[in-house]
Formats: sequence, structure tokens, C-alpha cells
Amino acid sequence: MARTDFGPPDYKTMLPPVIKRNYGKWLYHEIPQPGVLRHVSESGEELFSVRVASARLVSSDFIRDISDIAEKYCDGFLRFTTRNNVEFLVSDKAKLDPLLKELDEKDYLVGGVGLSISNVVHTQGWIHCKSAVTDASGLTKNIMETMVDYFTGKKSVPSRCRIAVACCVNMCGACHCSDIAVVGIHRTIPRINHELAAKICEIPNTIASCPTGAIRPNPKLKSIEINPDKCMMCGNCTVVCPAIKIMDPDNDGVSIWVGGKVSNARSKPMFSRLAIPFIPNNPPFWPEVTEAVTHLVEVWAGNARPGERMGEWITRIGWERFFSIANLPFTDKHLDDFTHANTTFRSTTQFKF
Amino acid sequence: MDDEKKVSGTPLLDELEKGDWPSFVTEIKKAARTSKLAQGLLDQVEASYVEKIGHWKHGGIVGVKGYGGGVVGRYTDDPERFPLNREFHTLRVNQVPGFFYTSKKLRALADIWDKYGSGLYNMHGSTGDIILLGTTTENLQPCFDALGEIDFDLGGSGGALRTLSCCCGQSRCEKSCIDSMDMMYDLTMYYQNEMHRPAWPYKFKIKISGCPNDCAAASARSDMALIGTWRDAIQVNQEEARKYAANGMNMVQVCRKCPTEALGWDANTQILSVRQEDCARCMHCINVMPKALHIGKERGITIQIGGKAPVVKGAMIGWILVPFMKAEAPYTEIKDLVGKITEFWAEHGKNRERLGELVERLSLSSFLEGIGLKPLPQMVMAPRSNPYIFWKDEEVIKNG
Repeated sequence: MARTDFGPPDYKTMLPPVIKRNYGKWLYHEIPQPGVLRHVSESGEELFSVRVASARLVSSDFIRDISDIAEKYCDGFLRFTTRNNVEFLVSDKAKLDPLLKELDEKDYLVGGVGLSISNVVHTQGWIHCKSAVTDASGLTKNIMETMVDYFTGKKSVPSRCRIAVACCVNMCGACHCSDIAVVGIHRTIPRINHELAAKICEIPNTIASCPTGAIRPNPKLKSIEINPDKCMMCGNCTVVCPAIKIMDPDNDGVSIWVGGKVSNARSKPMFSRLAIPFIPNNPPFWPEVTEAVTHLVEVWAGNARPGERMGEWITRIGWERFFSIANLPFTDKHLDDFTHANTTFRSTTQFKF
Repeated sequence: MDDEKKVSGTPLLDELEKGDWPSFVTEIKKAARTSKLAQGLLDQVEASYVEKIGHWKHGGIVGVKGYGGGVVGRYTDDPERFPLNREFHTLRVNQVPGFFYTSKKLRALADIWDKYGSGLYNMHGSTGDIILLGTTTENLQPCFDALGEIDFDLGGSGGALRTLSCCCGQSRCEKSCIDSMDMMYDLTMYYQNEMHRPAWPYKFKIKISGCPNDCAAASARSDMALIGTWRDAIQVNQEEARKYAANGMNMVQVCRKCPTEALGWDANTQILSVRQEDCARCMHCINVMPKALHIGKERGITIQIGGKAPVVKGAMIGWILVPFMKAEAPYTEIKDLVGKITEFWAEHGKNRERLGELVERLSLSSFLEGIGLKPLPQMVMAPRSNPYIFWKDEEVIKNG
């Protein structure tokens, strides 16, 4: 019988000695140059972390290459960040510059620290997900290609800007609380293969899976039917019943959301809100999406005060001003009609023209 | 490589090898030099780029002996066109807390995955696991057995406790109020059964952030967010504060951004003051003046529940359940609370109903009663504004 229930490797065996010695004793950190963090401990010891971009979807070659680098400069110690970057953990200051030199020679992008735009948190997309409306890896590659100067610190931003990409409305990856989120959406209701549904579909479960009560039984066909007036195309039923298909390449595409954050710093955490309801899928470059994201970053960077996140800036100036400054049309699609709708309607005469 | 593949090629994906940002296509191609599975993936994704539609099929139950999760079954929807992707399953491998690794450990992992799978990974998946992308049903068990030999276990999937995740905590961060990595490791070891054998209505996520900056996105992305905090005063080093002011820090602006007006700077006396009773521990001043301001000494966690993405009843950011709880190993109080919450949820939750949705459906007061917690003003932004109050039998005079 194979070993089971033994959990992940003990993190204590994965830490460089400088971290073991100073665990819980760090005093402060600073950013001596873009992409580099310098942590200083009570004891005066320091740790340099050098952050580089990764594609998140990586090969064994990549794993071995970063291992080589870590062995050469970091006694083999490295880590990943929650935003899919790699960090080389340098405890010998003399090795910092040689490491940066080798990273540059090998075309690694150093950055993503402090006032920069870091890597995108994203989902699987067409690479590996059954409910993907678009390709998250492709969108991410294209978006970050336009953001390289913001990542490496050549261009600066007023505050952090967290970008996320989700390939469907399930929004794996904190899209609902990101400064800018790109989310794959459907615009047409699911289609039912009645013959298949009669054979394999658990009808009561499928009916119960619908959050708007849009599904009712069709006893004649031993199947179900969907009320098009009630269906909001969440795709939940397609997970429960494989005989229901929602993919529609002619009509599926992406939407763009802005102003979310998870940190409690200054302002409370906020949801991302709809900015652009629909952009068609246009692989391999998705030019309309990258243009829209670049535009949003530039409008924010050009108008926000120092330290203001996207959502903080918009909260200060008001959404009505945001739509006008960003030159985005405000449409019926921007009006909420789901569970949080009445928290979004304005109940004051205070607003701007 | 056979000729047919060369002829068809991947012209659209090839475009994404260009540019400065690291290319996932280049990574797949590297793996495809030795892996047919990775080659199959290239072919299929290229087709998706042409046709603007995914080609993965719904579900299919596969796994390893003794577990009900940790493996996500994946099959191509068109095995005739994409024969190499007939089976392309994912293993979710529980990451090391804080995402720390030694090169030795990573090399051992790569050797195993080259032998049994595609040689492709997500470092890391959205929940936190190392995602091993693409292997056959036949290879699942031997791969899992080999992973066990280098101490890598599987994470969660389905209606189970999902793989926990945390920020890097005290390993490197001066702001961490708790040992988030130890907490994640301890809870992960304690809940191995709940993680590997799905028995709940839906997924349940626990994420741990060392401070209210919430770098693990716990409040937005977990049913139960454990977020480090403190309940005494911020520690102030006046000398360092004066240095910040002398070096050009706009002290008035830092104070103006304090959301509760708890922070004050007296330019004459050069004294930085924090009114403890007004401070809501947002982290702003500590973030911008790390040398001058430090988290308080009486540390613990705030617990938020119900955070989740939109499916099904809308996105939620976790609600405060416990304003303050001590959080020291072995974390008994946290485990007791997790037990009460998951028991209540398992009993009352509907199929595919997340904790936050259950609480919204039944009401916060019923939930609190169910798990034995008293209502507190910290739990709400404001009290009720409607008069439709529920009263219990014992609270009213019975007549007739």
C-alpha cells in the first residue's frame, strides 16, 4: 500500500539558513532597485530577494534552469510568489550583482516589486479547462507584453495594480477583487442535447443548480428546458449535466472589470466593477483587449494621486467621472440585476455631471 | 517527430513565442521535444486558437488508491483529431507553505514528472497547488507513489477541504502578526482526511495572511480567512519617524490617508502619534514607514467567513466572524471552530452551496446560534434598518 496522508514537504527543510536564523525577527525591508527586495533583521543580517517573471505554465527545463541559477547564487534556495513570479533568495550580498547579470544575459525579466505592475494571476483557459471561454495564458502573455516596462520599473505607477485573467465567469483567480480583471463571458444561453440528457442527466440536481430558477423539467422528452428570459449564462448547469453545452465561439468573448482590491490598507477591500461588457475573442493577440487594458492603466496612472489604487481613485472621483475620463460608454449592461443589485443604486443627490 | 505534425504546425501559437515576456508556448514546445502529451497539447490548443473554442471534455472520475480527490480527470473532446490527448489528467500536488523550495527538491519533482507525465507544470495553480498538467490514467498511481518517495502529497479537489495557502509570513515579512506558514502546515497535516476524501456539499477553502494587507487574498478567496492582526497599539520609533520626515516623506499626506484619523504628526515637536482606540489596523502607515512603525505586540487573528468567486449567488468578500483570536500552535481554538462550522455546513448546506451562500440563505443569526457564537458589532457595518425582527418563543409572553 502506498503512503497516504503525509502532507506537503516540511517547509522548515526548504528555508535558507539566513531565514531560519531570523524567522520572525525581520525589522523592515526596502527596494534598493527594481525587482530586488532587501530585508533587514534585528540582528542586522540581510536577505536579498530577486524577483523574476515566469509564464506560470513552465517546463521541466525551466525548473532545472532556475535550479541551476539558485545553486550558483543562492545555495539552492528559491521560492515562488502568489503572483507566479520566481524569487531567488540571496544571503551573500557579493552574489547579488553576478546573479542580476546572469539573469539579464538569460533574458529573465527582473521586476514586479513595489510600485510596479506585477505578473497576472490567471486560470487555465484552453490549455486545460473544460469550461474555458478564452485562453488565459494567451491573454496574459499579450497583456504583460504591453506591461513589461511597468513590470521592470522603467515606467512607474501611482500604486500597485493587480491584473487578473479568468477564462469564465467562475472567476478562479481573484478577478472579483482585482484592479483590472479580464473575464471570459457567454452571451447566448446553453443548448441541450435532449437525447443525451434523458440518458445521463440527473434532472433534479440540474434544476436545483440554477441560481435564477430558469430550468424546468421537460417530462415529454425526459429532459429539461431553459427559460431564456431568466438564464444569466453562469454555466453552473453545464457542470452538473454534461448534456448541456454553452460554448459558442461566435458569441463568447471577454469583459473587463476594474477597481477591486483585497488589501485593507487605507480603504476597505472592494469588488471589481464592470467597465467594458464585451470584447470578441481575437487570438492569438487579442489586440482589443490589450489596448483596453493599456488604456485603463494609462488613464489611472495619469489621473490618480500618489498611492491611490485604481478603486481608490475611482471612489474619490466617482464612477460617473471615471466613465467620462476613461471615455467608456455606460450602458444597460452596467446596471446590476443580480443579488447585490440594490447595493449599487445611488440614493443621494450627490453626484457629478 | 512525424512529418504530419510538422506540416500542420502551430502558426498562431508561434506568434506568442515572440516578445520579452516569458512565453508559455516556448515552455510547451520545450516539453514537447520529449513528451508526446505536450506535443498533443500544442496541437489541440492551436486548434482552439483557430476555432475559438476549448477542446476539453466534461469530467471523468480518475484517481489514486485511498483518495477521493487530488486528481482532475481530463480528456480531449475529439480523440480522433487529438489522439495524443486522449487522457490528459492533472495532479494537484500540495505546495510547500510559502512556496519555498530547494533546487534539490524541484529537480527530484522534475525527474518524476518527466518519467510519468508531460513535463509541464503550473507553478502554481490559483488555489496554491503545484499543478502537474497532463498524464494518462495508467500513470497516475505510479506517479503518486513516486511523489510520495520525495514527500509530495496530493492536494484537495471536489467537495473537500481544498489545499490551504498562505503568505510568506514571518519567514521574511516584518508585518506578519502570526506564523502563517506554520499555521498552514499544522492545519494541513491535521486535516489530511478532510482534504483527501471529499465528504462536504462543495469546496471549502482556508487561506492565511499574516496581516491585513492580505497578500494571500484570503478574504476574497476563502470560505474561512485567517488574517493576522493585533489589539494593542502600533509600536512607534520616533527617531525613525523623524528621519522619514527629514528625508522628504510627506507626513501630512500619510496622516491624511489614515482612514480613521488615528495618526497625527506634530511638525513642531516632531512627534508621530497613534490613537490606539481609533486605529483600525489598516496597515497604511506601517506600509509606508516600515522602519518607524511596527505591528503591535498582542497578536492573533481575525477570522472572516464566506469569501468566494461569483458562482453561484454572486461574489463575496468574507464577513467578520471572530474579531480576535489567539493563534499559537497547536491552534486548538481554530480547529474547534473549523469543526463547528463544517459540521453545521455539512448538515444544512445544499449540494454545491458554499458556506457564504448558506449563511446568507439561513441568516447570520441562525448560523451564529448553530455554531455557538454571540453576535458582535464588529460583525456588521451597521445594524438592521428594517423592522422585521424574528423573536424566539421565550422572548415573548405566550397568550393562549
